[in-house]
Amino acid sequence: MKATVLVRPKPGILDPQGEAVQGSLKQLGFAVEGARVGRVVDLELANGDPQEARAELERMCEQLLANPLIESYEIEVRD
Amino acid sequence: MTETRPRIAVVTFPGSNDDRDAALALEALGAEPVPVWHAETELPAVRAVVLPGGFSYGDYLRAGALARFAPVMKAVQALAAEGGLVLGICNGFQVLCEAGLLPGVLRPNESLDFVCRDVQLTVERTDTPFTTRCIHGQSLTIPVKHGEGCFFADADLLAELEASNHVVLRYQGESPNGSLAGIAGIVNAEGNVLGVMPHPEHAVDPLTGSTDGALILGSLVDATRHPAGVVAAV
Repeated sequence: MKATVLVRPKPGILDPQGEAVQGSLKQLGFAVEGARVGRVVDLELANGDPQEARAELERMCEQLLANPLIESYEIEVRD
Repeated sequence: MTETRPRIAVVTFPGSNDDRDAALALEALGAEPVPVWHAETELPAVRAVVLPGGFSYGDYLRAGALARFAPVMKAVQALAAEGGLVLGICNGFQVLCEAGLLPGVLRPNESLDFVCRDVQLTVERTDTPFTTRCIHGQSLTIPVKHGEGCFFADADLLAELEASNHVVLRYQGESPNGSLAGIAGIVNAEGNVLGVMPHPEHAVDPLTGSTDGALILGSLVDATRHPAGVVAAV
């Protein structure tokens, strides 16, 4: 089973990386009013049960993939 | 009477690069540094451990996020839980935050630049085992060198940290990394775990400039030598 975890800086958290990307895009002539940079983690899971896999992914996010103080996450499970 | 050299463990993670400087500084200040590899599951018989600066596990994912799962960290957690002294410097501070031994998190510098220079700090606590050689309000000159030293806590946590006097060191003037409230070093509620972004181990020899770092590491050596009654609760 495959899964993707999207990790984003929480709203209101300063994201200097996003600001730098926005600045560069503006320099290239794009009208960009905001940019936030997060992280994508693609995973291949041994567990074939979607519900169990999702619970496991939640624990992965809480324990390692995201820092809940500053980051939110989204989990996408595929067959 | 000859004073014995108190043993202080210095952990090396893959990617640590200030471990040897930390050991040299501790030795110069009268301690016996004991190198400990990250894969060890136990610490030697010590009352204090230093997590040094560097880029453990390449700073992958987030600085300190992977090092907190190193086998030795369970022993560090256990030492902290029984009142042993834990000092995290730079990357060591990041590891302590990720491990939940200290509150908050260290984020990429607001400027996105790696900052490497002397900074001026104000000592706000002298009742911790890491600052007994300092004077309250004293100004220290110690270098920083990091890309991810921007201390962050949400508004509630920050208010709590300030109200309970967790801030031990604060940058003077504009902080070099965008840290909230200019926070450069914080201690836990029990007073036995300190994290600092500046590098005291790089400021112990007049040949390389300031020797103010010796006040911090010297305090740690004192506290390790005379353990009774040094841990002051917040």
